[in-house]
Amino acid sequence: MNVGRPLKSTWLTLRFRKLPFSYRIDRRVPLVALLLMAFTLMVLIFSISYGAYDISPLEVIQTISGTLPQDHPDYRNFNLVVHTFRLPRIILAFLVGAALATSGAIMQGITRNPLADPYLLGVSGGAALVAVALIVWLKDLPISLLPWGAFAGALLTAGTIYILALKQGSSSPVRLILIGVALGSMIGAVLTVMLLFGDINDVQQAYVWLTGSVYGTRWEHVQALSGWLLVFLPIAFFMARSLNALNLGDETAQGLGLRVEWQRGALLIVSVALAAAAVAVAGTIGFVGLIAPHVTRRLVGPSHEGLLPVSALFGGALLVLADLIGRWVIAPGELPIGIITAIVGAPYFLYLLYRSR
Amino acid sequence: MTAQTQTLSPNPTRILGSRTLLLPGLIACVGLLIGALLWSITLGAADITPEVVYASLFNFDDSNFDHLIIQTVRLPRVLAGVIVGAALAVAGAIMQGLTRNPLADSGILGINSGASFAVVMAVFLLGNPPLSVYALFGFIGAGTAAALVYFLGSFGRGGATPLKLTLAGVILTAFISSFTTAILISDQETLDKIRFWTAGSLAGREMPLLIQTAPYILIGLLGALLISRQITTISLGDDVAKGLGQNTLWVKGLAAVIVVLLAGGAVALAGPIGFVGLVVPHVARLFVGVDYRWIIPYSALIGGLLVTLADVGSRIMIRPLELPVGVMMAMLGAPFFIWLARWKVKR
Repeated sequence: MNVGRPLKSTWLTLRFRKLPFSYRIDRRVPLVALLLMAFTLMVLIFSISYGAYDISPLEVIQTISGTLPQDHPDYRNFNLVVHTFRLPRIILAFLVGAALATSGAIMQGITRNPLADPYLLGVSGGAALVAVALIVWLKDLPISLLPWGAFAGALLTAGTIYILALKQGSSSPVRLILIGVALGSMIGAVLTVMLLFGDINDVQQAYVWLTGSVYGTRWEHVQALSGWLLVFLPIAFFMARSLNALNLGDETAQGLGLRVEWQRGALLIVSVALAAAAVAVAGTIGFVGLIAPHVTRRLVGPSHEGLLPVSALFGGALLVLADLIGRWVIAPGELPIGIITAIVGAPYFLYLLYRSR
Repeated sequence: MTAQTQTLSPNPTRILGSRTLLLPGLIACVGLLIGALLWSITLGAADITPEVVYASLFNFDDSNFDHLIIQTVRLPRVLAGVIVGAALAVAGAIMQGLTRNPLADSGILGINSGASFAVVMAVFLLGNPPLSVYALFGFIGAGTAAALVYFLGSFGRGGATPLKLTLAGVILTAFISSFTTAILISDQETLDKIRFWTAGSLAGREMPLLIQTAPYILIGLLGALLISRQITTISLGDDVAKGLGQNTLWVKGLAAVIVVLLAGGAVALAGPIGFVGLVVPHVARLFVGVDYRWIIPYSALIGGLLVTLADVGSRIMIRPLELPVGVMMAMLGAPFFIWLARWKVKR
């Protein structure tokens, strides 16, 4: 792979010697991506060091890299706290953020709807319903199976919403959201019934899960999610070009030689799969899929080759930060990550609503 | 972007075509409502015959166990259902008329979630607050949420269009309920006291709470009837209303206060029950057309009837357990909302 000479001064083209494939990204992408990674790493280290059991940032780095001296008085404790409790949850937060942001960016692209988000379109609700049902009825279900159930639920919901919003061959952005909201409240009612008759402890836990939380994450959760990301994130990045074409309108895309319906369907499935896998491990976290692509578009422009990976990074960084804030505001208690994103995201949505007219 | 609706346009086909049928229709609604109430009272863990119900109401005997059940458990419950249904339906009718938004409903516009946040807050802060506090906090929450949604929805170009109002309401609901959830998560005691209530339920409503909140709702209903003529005028458009010499600002302000009384009171009594205010006015309009002098009383009666029947349904569906009536309404109302969003909102 080498970095070819840019066509215009604002573009970088990545060419692959053996593959009939090139990737054109905005010149700002590498810098923004690097800055985001650096920021995430900083927050990550600080977040691991923060908690009821304080560990200094330097000791965090030593523990993770395995250079903490064996004769350190807290050697065992540090390793336990970092590796068993804090690292998995923070990594999960990052992965969930990346999945939701990419999912949101794809949805905004294919619906040409700036307000699309897996949470607002009811897709997360469908995933959550099936996941809760599986948790309640099949108590000892292996976590790796949960994303499959969530995926089925999310796909069904997304399909229903899309069909109901279809009118004379097109689905208006606003109608999609309204129908998503209505279906969401039906799903909410079913969830309420499932939760009402549970033991109060289970119910409180389910509430936490439904608001979206990475509390009590184990490495199994990270494993379950990363499998899905390894498959679907590359597909998403690979299809970024079709997304660019689709964004120009169906007719233009067709004129450019794209099989529009096929590509849109494939992209929709990728986006639903990413959202569903995230919901299966961390519950319904809203607004990340809305905010991350918007901010990223400001930073690196609307071309999806750069937009998708950078939004993924941005979404990850956002959730790592939100998780830290959630643990910090009412310490020693903690607020679920989904509450933090709703508190930040709802005003942002209103701002977009205000601007979109 | 305007969303005119067929239902709100001047010459709709209505079922009660001639004016002379309107009053008998209203009386028929009262009859149906009383029938439903009696049916609802007879149902329960112990089935009680209608004769006993009648006797307990008009010839109360405090040594009779059935009479005691009726007076302390079942009567407050059905009365609460009627009042809540009427309040939510009339609040919805007023909002639909005022904003010319066929999707208006105190649940969708975020007013219920505002009220329930305030009530949860009251329980969280005060532990076991006196019953009068519930209604008070309900009003504060409902009022604040209503003002916020209207402000946010009329932001920007184009003013308060139905879709912007609806979206603002939905997002405000997401925003406020995340705070409500934060409280419920951090405090198990509050959650346990209030979890059935937050789902919207008529179970266990007792006479004292009813007595604390019902007067506000009754005042609201009366007020709604009094300004129904002005609401009809405004529902034809602000320009028409101004042209007819109406002080629209005053009427809107008064109507907003009434909506807050009705929705806030209903939420304080039964928790956030959605979709009553959405469905009922549309049904009422189907019968009586566009005149709010008739829409409002019909809405009140049909709303009471709907919630009573939904409550009966919620009790007999999974006997001996029962569903919250809010869940029943969501199951009925959400498909209706989808139908409206798909076929009645242009764009």
